[in-house]
Amino acid sequence: MSAAARPPFRLRRRIGRWVLPIYAAFAITFLTLPVIVMIIFSFNSPAGRSNLTWRELSIDAWLDPLGRPGLAEAVTTSVLIALLTTIIATALGVLIALALVRHTFRGKGIANLLIFLPMSTPEIVLGTSLLTLFIGSVGWTFLPPGVLYPLGFPTILIAHVMFSISFVVVTMRARLAGFPRHLEEAAMDLYANEWSTFWRVTFPLILPGVLAAAMLAFSLSIDDYVITTFTSGQTKTFPIYIFGAQQRGIPVQVNVIGTMIFLVAVGFVALSTFLGRRQQNAPGR
Amino acid sequence: MAQVDVRLVDVTKTYGSDVRAVDGISLDVLDGEFFSLLGPSGCGKTTTLRMIGGFEEPTSGRIELQGEEVTWLPPHRRNVNTVFQNYALFPHLSIRENVAFGLRRRKVADAEVRTRVAEMLELVELSALADRKPGQISGGQAQRVALARALVNRPAVLLLDEPLGALDLRLRKQMQIELKRIQVEVGITFIYVTHDQEEAMTMSDRIAVMNHGRYEQLGAPAEIYERPSTRFVAGFLGASNLLPGTVVGAEGDHVAVRLDLGPIVRLPAAAIAGRSRVDVGVRPEKIRLGSAGAATPGVNAIPGHIQDLSYTGVSTQYRVALADGHLVTAYAQNIARADGGASALPGAEVLVEWDPADAFAVDPLPAGTEPATDPVTGAPIE
Repeated sequence: MSAAARPPFRLRRRIGRWVLPIYAAFAITFLTLPVIVMIIFSFNSPAGRSNLTWRELSIDAWLDPLGRPGLAEAVTTSVLIALLTTIIATALGVLIALALVRHTFRGKGIANLLIFLPMSTPEIVLGTSLLTLFIGSVGWTFLPPGVLYPLGFPTILIAHVMFSISFVVVTMRARLAGFPRHLEEAAMDLYANEWSTFWRVTFPLILPGVLAAAMLAFSLSIDDYVITTFTSGQTKTFPIYIFGAQQRGIPVQVNVIGTMIFLVAVGFVALSTFLGRRQQNAPGR
Repeated sequence: MAQVDVRLVDVTKTYGSDVRAVDGISLDVLDGEFFSLLGPSGCGKTTTLRMIGGFEEPTSGRIELQGEEVTWLPPHRRNVNTVFQNYALFPHLSIRENVAFGLRRRKVADAEVRTRVAEMLELVELSALADRKPGQISGGQAQRVALARALVNRPAVLLLDEPLGALDLRLRKQMQIELKRIQVEVGITFIYVTHDQEEAMTMSDRIAVMNHGRYEQLGAPAEIYERPSTRFVAGFLGASNLLPGTVVGAEGDHVAVRLDLGPIVRLPAAAIAGRSRVDVGVRPEKIRLGSAGAATPGVNAIPGHIQDLSYTGVSTQYRVALADGHLVTAYAQNIARADGGASALPGAEVLVEWDPADAFAVDPLPAGTEPATDPVTGAPIE
């Protein structure tokens, strides 16, 4: 019996040793293939308008990454909005998270619940409701004209801050829950008032979390398409430019900028992993 | 009379509607004193300390620091510093910057900060580690950094919240001596919170023994150990034998008490304090075991027989059964070589003897309750 059972067992172990690596290889290929294709085609020199078939190696597009009408404006708008969104959403989100973790106040339960709303609501619903709100604001006399309508840069920014903020809050809330409060007491004991306690002790210690949240906000903002289409009016962001270009044939420059964004994102992830590891190595007592 | 550094006046702290963490404490801590708040966990000692430090606001009462009321001042506006139980060193700053933190917040000139930090690191013998981060030093070193970080500010009062709790026994003993040395050297008032009676007695000038949000006795270590005024204090500070009895008469400055098990013993009148029913207390090391039938004149003597004994090296611990079955614990120093004489064997008839001056008295337990004390240590079981 045992002699009969042994070969299948050994076979199963041998298969077991290979299944996971093969599966992992497939998964990684599946996930990165589109990116690899994008990077390869950024070095293409297509015959016609559409960059879909390989013709020959060229670095023309890399030498002139913004050399298409409207592309420079779209990229600038996207980067500007992403930067502003990052700053505003991170600043507000960190403060909201601090309030939610540290204090008890009337309506805290509801605030805790509502902060999840932008994360759980489908983007298309958020987009349409924002559009309705902005158009409906035409009659609001207390606002200077041009802030909410006609749609444009300010409305994109408001929309992006709105959906980024909940991600920042959720990230920061997890970080703050484990924050050693006695360090703040020690700072207060050593004559630091609330302001310098925050900047000298609290902030340096939550900085890795703040950076992680900021990177998240930046990446959410720079690639958003759905909500942006509803709130952008005539203003074009990079994703919207690509969508428009798709109908006429996407220029190689889009692959170049896509590759750049990818590299920056990988750099961010590497940086945040590095920061996280460094924080682990220095245990806070 | 030394100047009063910290004064608590009827300080109370309640949580919710019924939890009284601190229940009407009034006490004065004198300038330059090493003062301990001693008690079991949950007795309110840490809450009291945190109110002096400004981390908690009292529900009622007032707190004065060198004659000025500070009850409602935030911690950073009080001239006190704290050594926290878990040290609370800033992990992102070097040891040097940790120690300099308070001086920098007070805008002390850079050159002075440097000298004072260097001096203080010298005092705690950590100059060599000044550039390390708190994550790179040992617990005992972190402890000394926490002390340096507080003392460098030359506060009026230093508050210490079980600062040795996280250290192992050997290091703790060493730090006790070190702490006392530093306190004498800098001459700053220390208020020390601990649950370790030996630690408190080793270092303190005075101790307040706390229980249930108030202190039961306040005095010098020898005073509270030799003459505990309550059953709790007697049990918390060490082993004791408690024998119930009734006051039957006075002879000069002594009072005679008839123990419930028969014999009459004498106590200093001051210990009785006018009560008629008391538990007579005597520490095990104050007891001599005499030969039956040969009572020493002038001492209290109760007959009994040795139940068992255990040899612990420094001393031998006897348990003597009295007529009514009560067990009395006695420690005999092994001054001469223990030769196991016939009088010291289990079953031997002996006299439990002690000097009247060595006895104390505490309130008796309410009728019908059995004394819930640990038979070996004599500590109350809760």
